[in-house]
Amino acid sequence: MEDKIIVTVVGKDTVGIIAKICTYLANNRINVSDISQTITGGFFNMMMIVEPNETEKPFDDLQRELGQVGEEIGVDVRCQRSEIFEMMHRV
Amino acid sequence: MINLYEVNETNKMIEQENLDVRTITIGISLLDCMDADLDRLCDKVYDKITTVAKDLVQTGADIEKEFGIPIVNKRISVTPIAMIGAAACRSAQDYVRLAKTLDQAAATVGVNFIGGYSALVSKGMTTQDEYLIRSIPEALSATNNVCSSVNVGSTKHGINMDAVRLLGDVIHDTAEQTKEADSIGCAKLVVFCNAPDDNPFMAGAFHGVSEADAVIHVGVSGPGVVKTALSQVRGESFEVLCETIKKTAFKVTRVGQLVAKEASKRLSIPFGIIDLSLAPTPAIGDSVADILHEIGVEYAGAPGTTAALALLNDQVKKGGIMASSYVGGLSGAFIPVSEDQGMIDAVEAGALTLEKLEAMTCVCSVGLDMIAIPGDTPVTTIAGIVADEMAIGMINQKTTAVRLIPVIGKGIGESVEFGGLLGYAPIMPVNSFGCADFVNRTGRIPAPVHSFKN
Repeated sequence: MEDKIIVTVVGKDTVGIIAKICTYLANNRINVSDISQTITGGFFNMMMIVEPNETEKPFDDLQRELGQVGEEIGVDVRCQRSEIFEMMHRV
Repeated sequence: MINLYEVNETNKMIEQENLDVRTITIGISLLDCMDADLDRLCDKVYDKITTVAKDLVQTGADIEKEFGIPIVNKRISVTPIAMIGAAACRSAQDYVRLAKTLDQAAATVGVNFIGGYSALVSKGMTTQDEYLIRSIPEALSATNNVCSSVNVGSTKHGINMDAVRLLGDVIHDTAEQTKEADSIGCAKLVVFCNAPDDNPFMAGAFHGVSEADAVIHVGVSGPGVVKTALSQVRGESFEVLCETIKKTAFKVTRVGQLVAKEASKRLSIPFGIIDLSLAPTPAIGDSVADILHEIGVEYAGAPGTTAALALLNDQVKKGGIMASSYVGGLSGAFIPVSEDQGMIDAVEAGALTLEKLEAMTCVCSVGLDMIAIPGDTPVTTIAGIVADEMAIGMINQKTTAVRLIPVIGKGIGESVEFGGLLGYAPIMPVNSFGCADFVNRTGRIPAPVHSFKN
């Protein structure tokens, strides 16, 4: 896979959210090129831009497994190809 | 680089404001299937549709998953069947066989509607056109997924009043034949003036003869997104209002453009057009009437509604047109009654009448859409309503359409439940004065003077 993927994580803040997500990505040879994150009123909101060009993992599996990682820590994790955001917000 | 705010904005539109791609529609030409033998014709039609569209549903589902944007419908439109069956069909019954073939093909590939059981008769009807039109009631009651449309007028040709009169009967018979299911057959039948060749939206989609062998059209939606954006600018000037609608329409359309290009690439079928429509659903918040309310009218139908709708329709086009390389179809705001909770509320509050809806169709992209009327409405009155709407389209050089549902066995004060995307509708009163002497005149209304441009 060559395209950039946007991973969003939303949910109640707790210890180790970034660690768990990043561990999963590292284990699957997926590079993180940007992270931004806010916490408002105990609510965790993060976006990562990741580059899956070295991973063997198909998009479907990545999406499902990241969802499972999220479930384990009680947050909602989404994986979307970045074009939807680029198309909508860039002329 | 994309930032957190932008990502959140997009995902909020999808999750909370019902942003979706309403339909990916493959238009398929059946011209090369024509045959004088009905059996062979049906086989060829079935084979072509199930070959060209075999991956449509799966591809739609893949795109939906990867981009995280719901794609509500995957559909097919075909060349008007009156033409395709012209050499093989010797009766209305023969055309019904073709309708059943379309229905089977749609079921095989898993699409929820197939459009194009159609005839284009704006200037005159061939014998076969008439067979097809007369077969519509049976075709729509004997099939699940087939949608039918008839183009009875255009700015270039005038209005074929013989066809309008015939369709008064056909609409009534379709209602009669599907009366067990609240006359739902009529929800799959559209009468057009100036029908576009590349409309991806049902029930009026067909694949025009000027189109390529197969082509992908995408219909976008997003009334909820526009409404939410407008709720941030309450009390502001018209300039701010219009800018907000334009910017939102741009964003919504860009998503459609992305999906269309992606589907086109994966299916190896050329991209046709994006239809920039605000298409409501019965879901709360997914309503064009709610946008009109947000613009400032108490209910859709109140004085000011036509102006508000005109403004909305125009700004949607202005915003959307820059977002896509090719725009076509109906493009504008849809104002169906049963498919829009805000419209239903307006009818129930007594704010919205059939006559006001007719006025609103002068400035928006479609026509009298999904309107339930009493089942005992005379067929000449139905034809009269159709003729009025066709005249609006002909004179204003725009598409207009009629999708009326005379609900057999029900009257004013009752309502009808279609279910799903078709929603429910209170039965609306119809002007009870007659027009039989008008619609019983034969022939056609000539093309208007401004059509002579050569």
